[in-house]
Formats: sequence, structure tokens, C-alpha cells
Amino acid sequence: MKLLANKIALITGASQGIGRSIALQFAEQGADVLFTDIRADERSQSLLDELKALGVRAAFYAADASSLEQTEEVSKAIAEEFGRVDVLVNNAGITRDTLLMRMSAEDWEKVIRLNLTSVFNYTKVFSLMMMRQRSGSIINMASIVGLNGNAGQANYSASKAGIIGFTKSIAKELGSRNIRSNAIAPGFIETAMTRQLSDEVIAHWKQEIPLRRPGLPEDVARVALFLASDLSAYVTGQVLCCDGGLSL
Amino acid sequence: MDTILARVQRVIAGKLSVVEENITMESDFVKDLGADSLDVAELVMLFENEFSIEIPDSAMEGMKTVGDVVRYLENATK
Repeated sequence: MKLLANKIALITGASQGIGRSIALQFAEQGADVLFTDIRADERSQSLLDELKALGVRAAFYAADASSLEQTEEVSKAIAEEFGRVDVLVNNAGITRDTLLMRMSAEDWEKVIRLNLTSVFNYTKVFSLMMMRQRSGSIINMASIVGLNGNAGQANYSASKAGIIGFTKSIAKELGSRNIRSNAIAPGFIETAMTRQLSDEVIAHWKQEIPLRRPGLPEDVARVALFLASDLSAYVTGQVLCCDGGLSL
Repeated sequence: MDTILARVQRVIAGKLSVVEENITMESDFVKDLGADSLDVAELVMLFENEFSIEIPDSAMEGMKTVGDVVRYLENATK
């Protein structure tokens, strides 16, 4: 029996990186996978093709997760075609790294809007569906920098710390409806996002990791799989660090 | 046209699986109808749809009984 058989999962910002890996692992475990990204391109199309090749139903919605209006349009389309969502992964996110003294108001607002307001939008809209179902698992992508902070990431770490507070509040609000809400805090994961960092910074991070290797998107996807599945049926309001021990 | 009470009773009965006859003006959502805070929030959203109005949170806080809702809607839809 596959871990996510008969479940429908929705993942935001899944065209690449961690989100893409989650989409593929969920499909391998039998879930129908619906995903969003800001625009339709060859990556979203290739993911859609790969998902369908795994024998599950799949759909892509080009939508800006920071827009409540567009989120409601996605919800309407999903309600009509699929009728339910069992697992919501709030994964969409960006970085605009710079030291505070050089950070513009736009750098700040854009990161908060795309990383944190997007979580509010999708959780608000899709938790209504989950309330009617009397079940659901919400998984929010935080980061260890939301727990520990990081120089040059005041905006990003604030958005991720905000996600952690949101995750815990929602766990309390929706627990009575059998809706679970958890966060994953990845550490240093090899993706396009971390490839932007300098070699020096990357070398430093790697040295600090007790498991002595950077994480892979698949490492994070396996944690998401646990939180999405009934294996974690009694786990809610938690932040699971997937960081090779980096935050210790 | 149904009365406001009848429409409210129908919405509540659909949401809380209580028979309409047992829903009176005096019924307390929590004590008599078995609703919790999430049910009340959902009911208010259903009333908003049924009556095509917006009910602010400040008004929602005063809605303990079915009568509270009916009286609010009577005023709001005048």
C-alpha cells in the first residue's frame, strides 16, 4: 500500500527545487498532485509530464501565491475538477538577501508577501475545504534561519519565523477538525536558491554540518512525505528540522 | 418568502445536524446546539452568503443565541 494512496496534494511553487522533489515523491507514493508556480514554463510543463508518467492525476495552475484573489481562483478550479485537497504544502518562497543597512523596503515587503502572506492565503482558502472534509495535513516550508537567524537574511528569516508562529496557531485552531499543521525547517539544501551563495559561504556551511554533507531536495521531500501521510497522524504544531544537525 | 427565522433555522439545521423544530429564538449555539467556536464562525459565513451581507467580527461576538442572529439580520436587511 502506497503511503499517499487516494490522497490529493496541492503544492505551491513546485516547478523547481524542494517543491518539485516533494511533488515527485508524493506522486510515487500514489497521491494525485496539483501544483502552482508563478508562471507556466518548460519546468512546470516537464513536471506535469513526469507526474502523469507516474500514473497519477496531476494539474498545474499558474498563480501568484501572494495574491488572495488568484488563490481563490485556484481553489475554485480545484473544487470543480477534484473536489477535495487532503495535503497542502506551502512551499513557494524567494530570497532577497542583503544586510539590513542595504535592504530596501521593497526587498522586505516582497519577501514577506511571497513567503508569509502566501501561507496565509493558501491556508485560509484551503482549510475551509479541509474543515468540511474533517481531515487534512498542512505542511509549511520554514527554515532553520527562522529559528536561529542569519546575517543578510533579516527579511527571509522574519518570514520563516512568521510561518512557524502561524503553523502553531493554526494547529490549535483547526485541531478539533482533524486538520494537522506542521512546519519543516530545512538547513543547507542544494537548490537553485542556495547556488546563488558564494563558494566561501557554501564551504563554511558545509563544514558546520554534523552529517558533513549538504542536504538534497529529496531529503526534505521525505520529511514532507511523513507529515503528509497517516504515519504522522498524531503530530501537529511541530517544526521538524531537516538540516543534518546544522541547527544544533 | 420565508421569514428570517425560517431561513436561519434552515442554515443551522444544515450545518449542525439539528432538526429545525429544535432551533428556537432562545437556542444558544454552544450550550443548546452543540456548536464550538469554529462552527459559529462557519455559520456566520453561511448567514453572510444566505443574506448577501457582511457580518463584522465585532457583531459576531455578540451572537450567542439564534435570536441574537435573527435580530441582527432584521436590522441589517431593513
